Amino acid sequence: MDQDSINQVIDGGLLPRRALLKASALGLATSFVLPARATENWMLHAGEPQSDYGQPSPFARLKREQTGGHPLGPAAGSSSTPLQDLNGTITPNSLHFERHHSGIPAIDPRRHTLTLYGDVRQPLQFRYEDLLAYPMETHQYFLECSGNSFRNTLATPLDLTAGSLNGLISNAEWTGIPLHYLLDEAGVADSARWVIAEGADAAGMTRSVPMSLALDKVMIALYQNGEPLRPAQGYPMRLFVPGCEGNISVKWLRSLKIQAQPAYTREETSKYTELLPNGKAEMFSLAMGVKSLITSPSGRMTLNRKGLYEVTGLAWSGAGTIRGVEVSADGGISWEPAVLQSDPRPLALTRFRLPWRWVGQSSILQSRATDEQGQVQPSRATALARYSPAGFYHYNGIQSWHVSSAGVVKNVYV
Amino acid sequence: MSLAPGWLKMSMCKPFAAHMRTLRTLFRVLLVAAPVLAEAGFDPRNGGPGLGRPAPDYQGTIVSGDGSGLPQGSSSAAQGEAIFALRCAACHGVDGQLAGNSLVGGIGSLATASPLKTVGSYWPYAPTLYDYIARAMPYNDEKSLTVDEVYAVTAYVLYLNRIVELNQVLSDKNLADVNMPNRGGFIELQE
Repeated sequence: MDQDSINQVIDGGLLPRRALLKASALGLATSFVLPARATENWMLHAGEPQSDYGQPSPFARLKREQTGGHPLGPAAGSSSTPLQDLNGTITPNSLHFERHHSGIPAIDPRRHTLTLYGDVRQPLQFRYEDLLAYPMETHQYFLECSGNSFRNTLATPLDLTAGSLNGLISNAEWTGIPLHYLLDEAGVADSARWVIAEGADAAGMTRSVPMSLALDKVMIALYQNGEPLRPAQGYPMRLFVPGCEGNISVKWLRSLKIQAQPAYTREETSKYTELLPNGKAEMFSLAMGVKSLITSPSGRMTLNRKGLYEVTGLAWSGAGTIRGVEVSADGGISWEPAVLQSDPRPLALTRFRLPWRWVGQSSILQSRATDEQGQVQPSRATALARYSPAGFYHYNGIQSWHVSSAGVVKNVYV
Repeated sequence: MSLAPGWLKMSMCKPFAAHMRTLRTLFRVLLVAAPVLAEAGFDPRNGGPGLGRPAPDYQGTIVSGDGSGLPQGSSSAAQGEAIFALRCAACHGVDGQLAGNSLVGGIGSLATASPLKTVGSYWPYAPTLYDYIARAMPYNDEKSLTVDEVYAVTAYVLYLNRIVELNQVLSDKNLADVNMPNRGGFIELQE
């Protein structure tokens, strides 16, 4: 860590900056150094042969956190991405969060079709192999469940990991066919204003997409991080509506009905609507708000040494590109701009980083994102005040991590 | 189809459509043989793969709030009571009020600290209740109810909420006319 970086260390609010600079750079006086002589088995014998499909190291211990289903509908549940164990911005396909309403269908693509019908010149049906022949685009986009971080709307903060609390968010390179190619082929009527997407799962997930979005960035996604979609993400095809609540990116897509009005399906009326304090509810509130969180240090980690740490996390906004992220180590009294490490892309996750010196002081770490439209991530209290006290969709309040003097990191409300 | 300019499509007759199929096959061959499409930049209005197969008779199963898409059929809550007891009550309770999965009650609760969102207190349209039961219920045995059974269960859930009468017959002709208490309770944020 050079002197310039150390000068960027955030004032934790408990120690003057001068005192921080006097502390040792690493805080580790002793270290255990392995001998240079080759002694380990993997250095002395041939390893495993090649494999058909790679797996992570068993030592990495990567796994999704199961957030459970309804007791009466175990396949209608979710699992979250272990954000605290990942770095960079791409969510590995095997760790992409899951949310299903009636399990993951095992679809044979030879027996699956996509049909465009309704207010079109010519209803059309496409086979999977037909769609593979169409020109495609590739984009990196985030995907966030509308209910992500809902646990932080509860009255008492839960002592959970960053992933358990906030892991219904992903970022992948999605490749697919711009929807307007297929809409143009079918010939959309002038009166058409909505596209109703229907899934082939047992729940038959159905959502209405405004035509303005459908003609813009919406795609029929066929590939996820370079390989065909995983079954849990809609194999063989899903709708992808960038920047919007994940539920509208209908998986296992089987039909698109074009019409003048929304369908007002159960999933956009009874569910996925935001109840306001006055008892009215917002409908078609699709774009996800500006948001960020620190993934390290984060909940249930323990700082086992004093010294320099890298505070790092993720930021995103359904309105476009992240312009900046600030980090606080004193519960929001003072803020320092973080370094945006990934080249910020519109509607994609942006990684931020900032060095932080911990000398054993009790601290509260927070991050606060600002997007290209100047929207600033709200405090928890401000985010909660928008909606009914029982509301839990579209929560984007600031995540606070308390670091105790013993180095124990815990979810707290500020 | 995409090879034909708009004025041709307007007057397309069957022999001509057959001719277009030949053209389309030729186009596919060209697509494989000469991948100039990507280099030139793709614009489907100038002709694309055009692999969609005409599906003029496709009806789909999507039922909208205005009742469009409802299949022909009818039934009443009186018919739905036994079906509900057999197929729905395990998860929703015989009275539709099993905690956590309640379909009934909550009217007047939406602006309180403990809002109860149910068919009676929250759903704005009756036809989409039909749609949801038809496509997604009962859990793990989805799409197993007949059309008339779905009308019956729809009517029974509405009856439990005192929205329709026990013997009131609901059908594709009148389901959209059912007066849902929270119909005016939503603010639409899109066009």
